[in-house]
Amino acid sequence: MFGEGLLKGMAETARNFLGSYVSKDRLTTVQFPEERVAPIEASRNFPFLVYDGGDWQQGMRCVSCLICEKECPPKCIFIEKSTDKKPDATGKPQFYPAVFDIDVSVCMSCQICVEVCPFDAIKMDVAFELSTDDRFDGLLWNKERLAKSNEYYGRIHPTEAAAVDAHLVEGRAKLEAKSKPIAPAAHPVSGVTE
Amino acid sequence: MSATTLPAVHLTPKPSIDGSEGQLLEVSMGPQHPSTHGVFRMDVVLDGERVVKLKPVFGYLHRNHEKIAEQETYLGSMPYTDRLDYFCSIMNNWAYALAVEKLAGIQVPERAEYIRIITGELTRLQNHACLIGFLMQDMGASGTPLMYAFREREKILDLLEALTGSRMMCNYMRFGGCRVDFPAGWLQQAQKVTDAFPRFLDEYERLLAENEILMARTQGIGVLPKELAVNAGITGPMLRACGVNYDIRKVDKYGIYDRFSFRVPLGEHGDVYDRYMIRLLEMRESVKILQKAMRDIPSGAIMDVKAKIRGFRPKAGEAYGRIEAPKGELGFYLISDGSPNPYRYRVRPPSLINLTVLEDMCLGHNVADVVVILGSVDIVLGEVDR
Repeated sequence: MFGEGLLKGMAETARNFLGSYVSKDRLTTVQFPEERVAPIEASRNFPFLVYDGGDWQQGMRCVSCLICEKECPPKCIFIEKSTDKKPDATGKPQFYPAVFDIDVSVCMSCQICVEVCPFDAIKMDVAFELSTDDRFDGLLWNKERLAKSNEYYGRIHPTEAAAVDAHLVEGRAKLEAKSKPIAPAAHPVSGVTE
Repeated sequence: MSATTLPAVHLTPKPSIDGSEGQLLEVSMGPQHPSTHGVFRMDVVLDGERVVKLKPVFGYLHRNHEKIAEQETYLGSMPYTDRLDYFCSIMNNWAYALAVEKLAGIQVPERAEYIRIITGELTRLQNHACLIGFLMQDMGASGTPLMYAFREREKILDLLEALTGSRMMCNYMRFGGCRVDFPAGWLQQAQKVTDAFPRFLDEYERLLAENEILMARTQGIGVLPKELAVNAGITGPMLRACGVNYDIRKVDKYGIYDRFSFRVPLGEHGDVYDRYMIRLLEMRESVKILQKAMRDIPSGAIMDVKAKIRGFRPKAGEAYGRIEAPKGELGFYLISDGSPNPYRYRVRPPSLINLTVLEDMCLGHNVADVVVILGSVDIVLGEVDR
């Protein structure tokens, strides 16, 4: 019969319409500004600089090695290395970035800076409401604006942050074991293999 | 002022095809037109409603991808490949990774191969789901079929976000494996989505496959002859709709596709309806591949131990890596001179090459059919213009 296919299709839309009252599977719309979906842990949007402790200038992990600046595909990172050294969170004197800017309008959130950073100093954020009406300074984030605490990192990416923290603790322990003066009649230092 | 007093400046009066009095009308469809799937323009010469000439004009989204890639490191081009065919960034990553792995002779661990197949086939599902939705939209079924397709697509995009961190710009593959392993519970969720997918396909088939309007609008429209398709280098569902059995997953058996048994659906007439049905059938086969891959996936490393993130310099040489992307054969051709960036970087985009036969398919059809025919080609302008 001509029109049978049409009617079958209509029955399908009716099934979807009525089903949307009983099945969450068929009604997936989220009324965005009022309602929000649960945050996805792995999601990434814009990088930030991690600092340890309470003071962002004191605890900044970045040692201004310029690797991320070089590897960034769209070249949105701008770093100026400091001329002096100052102690980092562990008390070891390190270089620090005198200037660290990221251009929000150029960054494409590809995460390559995070992957190449040997110091776990730069990580991806999840904040996505970054729009501004100031198209000059408002889109060029300086290091003060980029700095976020390690606790914040632990809150937004718990699994990943736990792994990074464990890795850092292990690294420091190794470093301490290495830098210790060799004790008289030393036992071989366990766990360190060269 | 009557219409006859208007001077016809650029229109040359010609007798129409059936011999009646009239003149041809040149219409510029696009670049901002909802039917063109992006910034794409068609210069159409019309005789009444009928198309007598059609010239595709593209390049509005050109962003110099190939030349930029020659200034970047090999890894630095990976996020840019996401932006080629932004519906299936995983596929672009895969093709590029495959080319570099060939170039540098890197082995991929077994688990990573399985992950690639799982993410790749999920991408194929959402691409085809989207495409049939858009095709219906082009035919005037505004809303319902597209939204049903988008509802399913969103579930897959959520999976991709949970794995790669981004819905569409995944940047997931690396030379010698994949970036991250599945998070906890991901595989179970993916299995759930995959197992529920055939229900959507059944619904979609009931919704539209027998629809008289759909058949009237698609059957016998935009027929692409088999010989022309082969000669023009058409690949993907477009080619298979003409009845040519050519699927790179079967021909090349790249990755570990030789371990999966799946059928390649073939069309008969090469018209829009065949292209539509091919996609529906391909999704069913993809579901089968996914279910087997998710069952068989072994544990183990996801990155080759020798693979380097920084300071990657393949030895001098050249390589061409190709995969069966949802739109056709996606290939990357690379020449290395031993430096950290490629000497030559070339993309073989399926959308662009599938577009070249647009005029041959459209001649003699109505303007409204041009929109449908273009919709059935499945183009993404990010890939056409690069």
